[in-house]
Amino acid sequence: MIKVDQLRKNFGSIVAVDGISFEVKPGEVLGFLGPNGAGKSTTMKILTCFLAPDSGRAEVAGCDIEKDPVGVRQRVGYVPEHAPLYDDMTVHGFLSFVGDVRGMGGSNLRDAIDRVVSSCAIEKVVHRRIETLSKGFKRRVGLAQAFLHDPSTLILDEPTDGLDPNQKFEVRELIKKMGKQKVIVISTHILEEVDAVCSRAIIIAKGRVLADGTPAELTQRGGGKLEAYFRKITTAAEQQESAA
Amino acid sequence: MSATTAVFKREFRGYFGTPLAYVFLVAFLATAAFMPFSQSFFEIRDASLRLFFASLPSLFAFFAPAVAMRMWAEERRTGTIELLLTLPVTIKQAVLGKFLAGWAFFGIALLLTSSMVFTVSYLGDPDLGPIFTGYVGAFLLAGAYLAIGAFFSALTKNQVIAFVLGAAACALFVWVGSPAVTKFVEGSESGAISRFVSNFLGSMSFLTHYDPMQQGMLALGHVVAILGTTVGFLCATVLLLTETKSR
Repeated sequence: MIKVDQLRKNFGSIVAVDGISFEVKPGEVLGFLGPNGAGKSTTMKILTCFLAPDSGRAEVAGCDIEKDPVGVRQRVGYVPEHAPLYDDMTVHGFLSFVGDVRGMGGSNLRDAIDRVVSSCAIEKVVHRRIETLSKGFKRRVGLAQAFLHDPSTLILDEPTDGLDPNQKFEVRELIKKMGKQKVIVISTHILEEVDAVCSRAIIIAKGRVLADGTPAELTQRGGGKLEAYFRKITTAAEQQESAA
Repeated sequence: MSATTAVFKREFRGYFGTPLAYVFLVAFLATAAFMPFSQSFFEIRDASLRLFFASLPSLFAFFAPAVAMRMWAEERRTGTIELLLTLPVTIKQAVLGKFLAGWAFFGIALLLTSSMVFTVSYLGDPDLGPIFTGYVGAFLLAGAYLAIGAFFSALTKNQVIAFVLGAAACALFVWVGSPAVTKFVEGSESGAISRFVSNFLGSMSFLTHYDPMQQGMLALGHVVAILGTTVGFLCATVLLLTETKSR
C-alpha cells in the first residue's frame, strides 16, 4: 500500500513536485506518466527516502517516509533512473552485497539469488563483471537487485528506457509476472507501456496530478487515443505555466 | 551482517578488485622504503626507524587522498549513490563502512613496511618501543588523513578535484605547526596574542601530536587529538552528504 498526501518539493526556485496525492493498493500496477521534467523521478526519490519532501506526507508499505526511512527501504525494491550499478563487481558479487546490506544471509540469500537470477534470466552472466554486460542485461541486473528480498512494494523509474523492443517486452513480462500481489509504481513516458503493464495510470505535469484512471478510461477521454489525451492535458499545463 | 559491515566488505574487496590496490601498494612501499635512505639513514649510525616515521606525514598527505578520492566522488558520478542510499543503510553507516575499509587497507600497507623493522634489527639492536608507538601514530595519522580525503571526495563528482583538495588540506594540517609558520607568527610581534595564535596553530598540526609517538611516548591527549580530527571530518562528511547527496 502506498499513500501519498500533498507532497511538495522545490529545488531553489524550481517547483519539482507541487502537491501530489494518490494511493496504490496491492495488486495494482500504477503507471506514472508525464513529460520529461514533470516530477516523476523526484516523486519516486521521495517515496524511496532518497530525498526529503518540503511538505506533505507519504506512507509506503506501512512506514512513514520521514519517521521510518530505513523501514521503507527494507520493504521496497527500487530501480533508480538509468538503473545505476557497481560496474566493477560481478553480478553475483553485486547481488550478494545487496543481500548483505538487507541483512539476508546463508541459505536464505543463496536461495534468493538463485530465484532472481532465474526469474530475470541472467544465468548466463552471473559471474561476469557488470561493466562488460549489454544494456539489456544491466537493466535486468538492476531489476534482480530490486526483487532480491521479495519486497511487497516495487518502485521502478523508467525500467525500459533505452532498451530495444525485444528487451522492453521481456522487462514488461517480468513486471507483469511480479505484479499479481505486489504494489508496483512504474514511471514511463512511453504510452504503449501503460496498456501493456499498468492497471491504473496517473498523468502528471509541472509537478501536479492531471488525470487518474484505468488505461481504458484515459484512452476513452482522448477519443480512443491515449496519446491525444496525454498531449492535450500536458501541453495545456505547460501553456498555463508560461501564461502565469 | 550489519549494513556497515556489508559496505566495509564491498569497499575493501573493491580495492583489490581493480589494479588500484597493487599500484598503490607498490608505489607506497617503494617510496616509504626509499625515503630514509635518501636522507642520512647510514650516516646517523642509529638502528631506528626515526627517519622512516618522520617521512610518513608528508607521504600520507599524498597517498591518503589517493585512496579516499574514489569513496564518494565515484558514487556520485555514476549515480550509484542513489542505489546505495535507498538500500536500508543510513548515511552514517555508509560513511563509516567506507572509511573503515580505507583505513584497513592503509593498515595493510603499513604492515607491509615491517620489512623496515627487520632491516634495522639486522643492522643493529633497535629499541622496539618507539617502533611500536611510531606505528600506532602512523596508523592514527592515516585515519585522520583518510577522513579528510573522504570529506573532499563527498564534496565533488570529480576525483581529481577531490584528490587535489584533499592533499592540500592534509598538507595544511602538517605545515600549520611547522617552525616556518609558528616563528613567522611569533616573530612579527612579541606578546601574549601572537604566542596564543602560535600555540593554537601548533596544536592544530598533526606533527605536534605525532612527533611524541615517534619518540616512544603514547599520550592520551595526542591520541584523542588525532582521533578527534578523524571523527570531526567523518561527521562533516555525513552532514555534507545529507545536504547534497542528490546533486
